[in-house]
Amino acid sequence: MKQAWQHFLQYKPLLKELVRRDLKVKYRRSFLGYVWSLLNPLLMMCVMTLVFSYMFRFDIPNYPLYLITGQTLWTFFNESTNMSMYSVLQNGALIKKVYIPKFIFPISRVLSSFVTMSFSLAAIVIVMIFTKATLYWTILLFPVPLFFLLLFAMGIGMVLSALSVYFRDITHLYGVLTLAWMYMTPIFYPVSSLPAEVLPIIQGNPMYSYITFFRDIVLYGTVPEPIMWLQCAAVSILALALGLAVFRKMQRNFILYI
Amino acid sequence: MKKETPIIEVKNVSMRFNLATEKTDTIKEYFVKLLKRQLMFNEFYALKDVSLTVNRGEAVALIGANGSGKSTLLKCIAGVLYPTTGTIEVRGSIAPLIELGAGFDPDLTARENIYLNGAVLGHERKFMDEHFQSIVDFAELWEFIDVPVKNFSSGMVARLGFSIATEVSADILVVDEILSVGDFRFQQKCKERMANMMKGGTTLLFVSHSEEQVKELCQKAVWLEHGVLQFSGSVDAAFEQYREHADL
Repeated sequence: MKQAWQHFLQYKPLLKELVRRDLKVKYRRSFLGYVWSLLNPLLMMCVMTLVFSYMFRFDIPNYPLYLITGQTLWTFFNESTNMSMYSVLQNGALIKKVYIPKFIFPISRVLSSFVTMSFSLAAIVIVMIFTKATLYWTILLFPVPLFFLLLFAMGIGMVLSALSVYFRDITHLYGVLTLAWMYMTPIFYPVSSLPAEVLPIIQGNPMYSYITFFRDIVLYGTVPEPIMWLQCAAVSILALALGLAVFRKMQRNFILYI
Repeated sequence: MKKETPIIEVKNVSMRFNLATEKTDTIKEYFVKLLKRQLMFNEFYALKDVSLTVNRGEAVALIGANGSGKSTLLKCIAGVLYPTTGTIEVRGSIAPLIELGAGFDPDLTARENIYLNGAVLGHERKFMDEHFQSIVDFAELWEFIDVPVKNFSSGMVARLGFSIATEVSADILVVDEILSVGDFRFQQKCKERMANMMKGGTTLLFVSHSEEQVKELCQKAVWLEHGVLQFSGSVDAAFEQYREHADL
């Protein structure tokens, strides 16, 4: 374990370089560049606010803020896991040529999405100012749910990137899976609108915990119960451990399948 | 000095590829094959029980026909492939020159790729800053430094790759048939630089089909045939045997 960590530190420059590359390539040749990380969630929120305020009508105070908080976290999870899923496959050329610890690829993708999401947080601030939302001190806790979510995304990303090397089907299946997962997460609807029998399923969904945690401290100014902290932390660590274990076991033969 | 420990020790290495499973790309196929017990079919040994030691400062050539396992052996030594059985011990840093430029991102410029590739080899950004100019000078790509690599010719890519990989003197240089790219003048330059590194004590592992190049750079040669080590010794003797075998 200690050896693995030292190994990791040795390749920190590469991790930095890969994150930098992802960010550079993402907005290359667009005029607005990084501004898109801010503009995109805002525009998405506008469309969804229009659709859901006039067509479905949910009874949620400050709906734009409710929406953008959920959506920002979900977009990060969706983007980072999707990108890490292809990370090993896309870096095949490199893996075939030089020895590199391979888990650096999914991790770097998740980290670069995380940086993008940090820009998007400014969009949340903008919405808060525009909707004249009350500012609670609890908002200072915002790194906590984001950190838990980061670990969770890394774990899932590693599992996906390893599996996709052996079974390309995963890449097709995952799109449908995330769609279902998104609808199972209260991003644009309130939990109260759900029938009682579905509720436990939704509440067992890790994404629900992270988003609720985030909304509690940003929107409602409450500090979540200790059990919520525990649940979020446990799921994150479990996901990360699972990711590391699966990846470690499968990475040896990657090169034969790329 | 006492008898020194070899820098590379390859012990009884076999490398098995599974031709059947390589085509299993879907879950359905996988289970069908699992049921039919075809997964373990078509085993193919790229290397069979190869043992080899290389001492510090030696220049060793790997020769043999196409598909004889030369590149597989190099990749095992470089740590890219894990041998199925046997062990490989390498005591020193490796500069791999296998498929030059394979690690480049086509969308990034030459400048950005230099930093990326440097990081792949484990160098900090600051370190690369210091060596940046001499890398560009050697590759002679001054006017193209801010052009995305996808617009480069294959010769230019190879030049850049070689320049980065050899900028920092590693303990072991692993070279896989790369001197066939680039124009004559650049080939000369590459050979000169490799010769210089070897003077500095770098160990060379060299794969080439050009007898002339091998004789120029190496003292020892290893001849592989169908994954089996046939001969290991002086370059002249190795080529003699290899040619005799080929004539049959």
